[in-house]
Amino acid sequence: MSTLTNKLWRNHGGLHLPEHKTISTQQPVQCLSAANLPELVIPLLQHARFYPEPVVKVGNNVYKGQALAKAKGYSSLPIHASTSGQIIAIEPRPIPHLSGLNDTCIILKPDGLDTWTPERLEPLANYTDYTAERLRQRICGAGIVGLGGAVFPAALKLETQGTALHTLIINGAECEPYITCDDMLMREKAQEIIAGIQIILHIFHEHTDPKGLHCLIGIEDNKPEALQAMQQTLAHSQDSRIQVVAIPTIYPSGGEKQLIHILTGREVPSGQRPLNVGILCHNVATTRAIYRAVVLGEPLISRYVTITGSGIKAPQNVEVPLGMPIKHLIAAAGGYTQHQPALVMGGPMMGINLANDTLPVVKATNCILVEAAIQPPPALPCIRCGKCADVCPVSLLPQQLYWHARARHLDALEHHHLFDCIECGCCSYVCPSHIPLVDYYRFAKGEVLKQRETQEKAELARARHEFRQERLERLKREKAEKLAQHKKASQEPTAPSSEVDSKKVAIQAALDRVKAKKSPAPSVSEDKPA
Amino acid sequence: MIFGARTSTFITGTNHLSQLMLQVIYALVPATLVVLYFFGWGLVSNLLLSLIFALGLEASFLKLRQRPISPALQDLSITVTAWLLALALPPYAPWWLILVAMLFAVIIAKHLYGGLGYNPFNPAMVGYAAVLVSFPLQMTLWPAPLQSGFGNIDFIQALQSVFASPIPRWDAYTQATPLDHAKVNLGLGKTLAEIFQQPPFNGLGSPPIAVVNLAYLLGGLWLIYKRVISWHIPSAMLGAIAVLAGIFWLINPNQYPSPAFHLFSGATMLGAFFIATDPVTASTTLRGKLIYAAGIGGLVWVIRTWGSYPDGVAFAVLFMNMTAPLLDQYTQPRVYGKRGKR
Ligand code: SF4
Ligand code: SF4
Repeated sequence: MSTLTNKLWRNHGGLHLPEHKTISTQQPVQCLSAANLPELVIPLLQHARFYPEPVVKVGNNVYKGQALAKAKGYSSLPIHASTSGQIIAIEPRPIPHLSGLNDTCIILKPDGLDTWTPERLEPLANYTDYTAERLRQRICGAGIVGLGGAVFPAALKLETQGTALHTLIINGAECEPYITCDDMLMREKAQEIIAGIQIILHIFHEHTDPKGLHCLIGIEDNKPEALQAMQQTLAHSQDSRIQVVAIPTIYPSGGEKQLIHILTGREVPSGQRPLNVGILCHNVATTRAIYRAVVLGEPLISRYVTITGSGIKAPQNVEVPLGMPIKHLIAAAGGYTQHQPALVMGGPMMGINLANDTLPVVKATNCILVEAAIQPPPALPCIRCGKCADVCPVSLLPQQLYWHARARHLDALEHHHLFDCIECGCCSYVCPSHIPLVDYYRFAKGEVLKQRETQEKAELARARHEFRQERLERLKREKAEKLAQHKKASQEPTAPSSEVDSKKVAIQAALDRVKAKKSPAPSVSEDKPA
Repeated sequence: MIFGARTSTFITGTNHLSQLMLQVIYALVPATLVVLYFFGWGLVSNLLLSLIFALGLEASFLKLRQRPISPALQDLSITVTAWLLALALPPYAPWWLILVAMLFAVIIAKHLYGGLGYNPFNPAMVGYAAVLVSFPLQMTLWPAPLQSGFGNIDFIQALQSVFASPIPRWDAYTQATPLDHAKVNLGLGKTLAEIFQQPPFNGLGSPPIAVVNLAYLLGGLWLIYKRVISWHIPSAMLGAIAVLAGIFWLINPNQYPSPAFHLFSGATMLGAFFIATDPVTASTTLRGKLIYAAGIGGLVWVIRTWGSYPDGVAFAVLFMNMTAPLLDQYTQPRVYGKRGKR
């Protein structure tokens, strides 16, 4: 049964931020329809990893829920039509991404009917009858990603590893200011979330730790309604494996590794996944999407989005068909209040700046924030006050990273664990000199990766060169030997096949050397605070 | 609708550099008032001249380096440096002494290294040490507290002493500082019990300098309360002094002054709360801070006890400044998810 008496652990650092959450939780979630829009813009790549393959052509008519692109393995995910209509273009369009670049999008012109495809995925209501593999296939086939913001393919994360699972953590912390979509989801769809959790627990039933498997739902204590809704639903379900735990409201408690530490006291080793220590973490919205995909056979074609900020007339949460241009959400929330605001996708700490409001809502869009553009005060010199180090949840030394980033000391940056930085922004927030520290780290990470790449290329080139030198010398030697043999009046040449073999072996050896020298790849960041 | 481009983080906290510096100045107010009470015009002239020289030098050097002037003056860091030096130099210091100190503090210690944030050495202490080494006579001649206060030396006399030559019979106003006195007399073979019966102690045990120290302590505690500084550096520095002094005092109380004497003499409290805590030149990691400050405390006691100068805060701080980068390097905290104890 759910208890609140769990022991909690404290993370290093963190911040109490102004919340601004209640402005968007005053009304129930509005469900927006895509049926009457001029067009939907559906980017092919809406998840971390690889592109899916388009399976529709321009001019095709598609139904709601029909696949538009299909997966190639778990690392790429299919995308689906959010409503029925006609494909009018497949072309590069601006996408909401940090890079601000264009990417291939499928443009769908709704027909206004919103008809579901007749070939819907078969509902697997009795999911316990199916194997874990079958359920993972379904979750992949429904195009489900981590909806907390990292958009990592959910099925990939649900793959069992060598380590048995002992704790499933459901992330309902939602620690960033302004964002309330998970809060509203927990208030309104607690049942679906719990059902989704039970599906995940089932998927791992053969890979459960001998000591048992239990689930902790971590929710920040600034969401009493959500806590209550979840607890009540849980009491009804009478599932003793699951517990709701209220955690203190300290940003960034919703970071995956941070939440794991708060709830279990365990740390995920740097560069590893939580599953390596028997823990799995999913966001509440992902869990709900898993329920709908498995039990109702519904692909991921909509999501909860918070639309908020002082630049919005009626801040609220909406359920949005994916691909809907942001300006329609803003119109649904009463429109803009003032001129010259900043448009942000995500929260104010980790969100990304959007250039305009014609960009579509994608699977990663948890919040649209419109705030008066705050011009940051000009950056002053770093006075090494250490306030940044006090708040860093990863115990980094942000000021040292900053110095080394400025001086481009790439080795020193790695020595100071640059790649363990989760870009939470706590350091930038407290810096009395208002240095945009996170910008420096993002830049530095790019530089380090670039350098590694060129290093690898150089290594490879060197290996090739060495090999060529070696070959030339060997040929020379062999020629000389042959000559000598000829002189000895013997006629038999050496067998050519053995030479080819030795060449192959030498190439392989050279390549192996290069591989061994490669530094380990940086850990994939899948732990954005929700 | 088109929007401006900026990357996260989109909000910033209320911390501001000039705010922090302003709080340091507030914290110096109690001590400033106490010193003002004891030394009258002597402190007024020190403060005014320090501020004028420091701001003037800072502005002209920024101009020379073609840097924006007003933001750098507004961040108040140079004001704090000037204020600290004004309090550290002997009251009624001649104008040229202050100028030389400021030249070292602002130009040599700060701008030649690249300005605020880049200076490895505490500017105020560089200025102080430079004049201490060059003009030991002027630097060790402290006027006697109260006797040189407002009632006894008037404005004209003060002007004269600062800009012309010392007031006639200046000797009558000066007096060895307690640390100095104790040191000289211990050197002459007297015991502490005897020494404490003579002026400036007169059996009192808590001469004015202890009150000044108390005032710094007060301001320092307020800074900790306001989280402008953390407790680590002051505690480690004072702790180190107290422990070392305590051990030797227990062994031979007639030869070694008590921990209380050390803690409330000289520049102990000024150093612990306002000098050693200068973030730019201190170590930044928690363990680094503890080692750094304990090092200063230890050195202060060693210099006072066996060195040739009566007080050693400036040299101790400068010496430990040199170790700060190394300390930072070797005391990195354990990062989340890395092996080792957290
Ligand atoms: S908070 Fe800012 S000024 Fe202070 S040490 Fe960090 S980067 Fe430097
Ligand atoms: S952004 Fe990186 S360095 Fe800054 S506080 Fe967060 S984890 Fe630490």
